[in-house]
Amino acid sequence: MTYRRDSLVLGAAVGVLGVSFGVLAEGAGLGVLKTCVLSLTVFTGASQFAAVGVADAGGSIGATLGPALLLAARNVAYGVAMAPIVGRSPLARRLVAAQLVVDETTAMATAQRDPGARAGAFWFTGAAIYGFWNAGTLIGALAGTSLGDPEALGIDAAFPAGFVALVAPHLRSAPGRVAGAVGAVTALGLVPFVAPGLPVVVAAAAVVPARLFSESPRSGEAHEGDPVTPP
Amino acid sequence: MTWLAIAALAGGAYLLKVLGLVSLGPRSLMGRPLVVVALLPAALLPALIVVQTFTVERSLRLDARAVGLAVACVAAWRKAPFALVVIAAAASTAATRALAA
Repeated sequence: MTYRRDSLVLGAAVGVLGVSFGVLAEGAGLGVLKTCVLSLTVFTGASQFAAVGVADAGGSIGATLGPALLLAARNVAYGVAMAPIVGRSPLARRLVAAQLVVDETTAMATAQRDPGARAGAFWFTGAAIYGFWNAGTLIGALAGTSLGDPEALGIDAAFPAGFVALVAPHLRSAPGRVAGAVGAVTALGLVPFVAPGLPVVVAAAAVVPARLFSESPRSGEAHEGDPVTPP
Repeated sequence: MTWLAIAALAGGAYLLKVLGLVSLGPRSLMGRPLVVVALLPAALLPALIVVQTFTVERSLRLDARAVGLAVACVAAWRKAPFALVVIAAAASTAATRALAA
């Protein structure tokens, strides 16, 4: 179960980022309680940073919510991707699972080669990063001043690196490689032209050419239902 | 931020997360649609990686993060343990920044 150890590594990086969020939000005048409630209830890092930034600059609720929710929009696609893995659970459990549907949990769960390990990886990673994110937020909000600059520690490079390791299993199939290449180029090409958050959402459309590719005569049937079919 | 704004943000963020998870019924989780669903992380994660590495807001930017990404790619390709991939990327980005400063 390497996902347990790997989750804690991701969790540690999330915790450091949580500290810097706590410092930022507290510094923006939110106070410790509001800062911690944000992390407990929103639990979407990029959205929280964006919301606090806009609100601190004097933005209205509308101006705060729009950019923040756009950065969270990719979670819809993650929810769809997680549906085969946790979507058969009882409704109450799915409603709890939903709060944990973010980049890290989706990446860790879908990276598991053993389909039976995917739900466990989702829940373990979700619990780990939820714990670290909120503990970090509390520490940052209480300390008030940064314990260290996350950028000086290279934390912003830790997340894409983790996703590189976790996306590797997806790139073993030809359709996966097409989806990845088209998705990356699409997102990067859109960045200068659309609001932040949208490029990654639109990249989901890369599954269409990838799917067409998987229907080509030579590679088609080998990918049908494998390795994604649930037990 | 008011409590109302916090509640609206929390509600909106949760709605987005729950939408995908409950909108697909068990029937749509079989056969061909499942193949498309399984390709979603393959499309989204590389997009997220390049956006997190090569952009600042709405501009493209090549900086120390690219060093970390290159190190991560080599480490992952050599099948290094997950922790090593992450730590090597962060350390190389941090070192590049320290040297450039």
